[in-house]
Amino acid sequence: MTASSSVVVAGVGMHPFGRFDASTTDMGVVAVRSALKEAGVGKGGFQAAFCGTAYGGVATGHKVLSRLGMTGMPIVDIEAGCASGGAALMLAAAAIRAGQYDTVLVFGTEKMPKGIIRSSFFEPWQEEAGLAATPAFFALRAQRLCQTSGVTKDHLARVVVKNRRHGAANPDAMFQKETSVEEVLSSRVVCEPLHLFMLCSPNEGAAALVLRRSDLAAPDTTPVTLASAVLRSHIPGSVLSESTPLSGLTDDSVPAPTTLAATAAYEEAGVGPEDIDVAEVQDTDAARELGSCEELGLCEPGGSAALLDSGATTLGGRIPVNPSGGLLSKGEPLGASALGQVVELVRQLREECGPRQVEGARTALSHTVGRGANAGVVILTR
Amino acid sequence: MVRDGLFTEDGALLGSKCTNCGNVLFPRVDSCTYCATEDPAPVELSRRGTLWAWTAVTAPPPGYQGEVPFGIGIVELPEGIRVITRLTASDPSSLHAGQAMEVRLVSLHSDAEGNDVVSYAFAPAAAS
Repeated sequence: MTASSSVVVAGVGMHPFGRFDASTTDMGVVAVRSALKEAGVGKGGFQAAFCGTAYGGVATGHKVLSRLGMTGMPIVDIEAGCASGGAALMLAAAAIRAGQYDTVLVFGTEKMPKGIIRSSFFEPWQEEAGLAATPAFFALRAQRLCQTSGVTKDHLARVVVKNRRHGAANPDAMFQKETSVEEVLSSRVVCEPLHLFMLCSPNEGAAALVLRRSDLAAPDTTPVTLASAVLRSHIPGSVLSESTPLSGLTDDSVPAPTTLAATAAYEEAGVGPEDIDVAEVQDTDAARELGSCEELGLCEPGGSAALLDSGATTLGGRIPVNPSGGLLSKGEPLGASALGQVVELVRQLREECGPRQVEGARTALSHTVGRGANAGVVILTR
Repeated sequence: MVRDGLFTEDGALLGSKCTNCGNVLFPRVDSCTYCATEDPAPVELSRRGTLWAWTAVTAPPPGYQGEVPFGIGIVELPEGIRVITRLTASDPSSLHAGQAMEVRLVSLHSDAEGNDVVSYAFAPAAAS
């Protein structure tokens, strides 16, 4: 990659994640406005916009930019489930690298229904048969992780306690209150082994970034570089894949979509998992964080319980995971969640995170995975 | 029947076997998911298998009109596949890994005309 084609982050912005009276458009406006302001970019200052959303409906991105009086350029809405924002980021970065644009706006905005998410992914008969039960699929995956990696319910509870402790220092998080193992385990069982507190809440929010060709960045600044942004779907075979099939093979060697995306992202960035100083990973449920660590190579296969036990993934440890509090603290607005992770990591690399700062972080990884399957991995360096 | 073509009237699951790679798929497909070969051969799947993973759903998922709790699990069949299925057992602590299971038909709920809507499910196998 030549210097002229590398991509830097010129500005970031957030609308907090939670439950609000604001519309999808309102929240997108807040995030986009603050990212543009940080980047010093106004009307006519970017040549394309990519907007991630899953429940926003027709022309979500256009509605946000119309409100800001900034239209005329291509505006592309992107749905890739939990990885919608990662998909938007991949397309924006690729367009800059290809020389098509020099400055691109990427944002995600979402207002999720409450409770178990009704997904148009499922056929009507699957709903009728009770098989559109997303938490049950999380639970089946969690149970297998318990079998293969020595994960216990206590580990699952401690993932929640860790992330909620991190989230208590994040003003953009939905839950800013710490919890305890006892409190997590006394919340009701949704799908054994997962209790209510081990599942993230679908919610609302927005996040935005301005990406720019690196040679256009101000020479007196040290911007964060977008070293890679990769999206992958699944290779069929695993019945537990986020592709949510009704059958799979007994062959356990099929790589997970996360592993496919991570392998490509490490190669593109020229780094390995051992180089990662801080990570924001998909923690839709507590077991998902542990599985994500294994699939990303942050520990050996089967080593996620030991990784948690070692304290490495807690703030102050060797590789803090979800210093923002993760989706377990922030909640999950599908179109915005991946970009919310990236905004957090940009702020970590700029050392702007105050009490939840990961000291000396230079290389950061963001990961989302969800239905499709869609797996997105982004690597940032400074 | 919750959907035509999923299972026979006496409960056998209907799958496909690829004529090229030999993998077995459920439900039936037009093209092999694994190697993209068209027109895999229709097959009836084994009625017995072993339990690989299981849980119970405690709150009605979207679009579901039946009773809760109910079991969902994954059963391994001798064809070398794992199938997502309802379970007749709704108490996870009553089940164990590797347990022998067999397929049967269960009533989900009654439709507007009062007819039972029927689905496949796996139950702990009777001793054979």
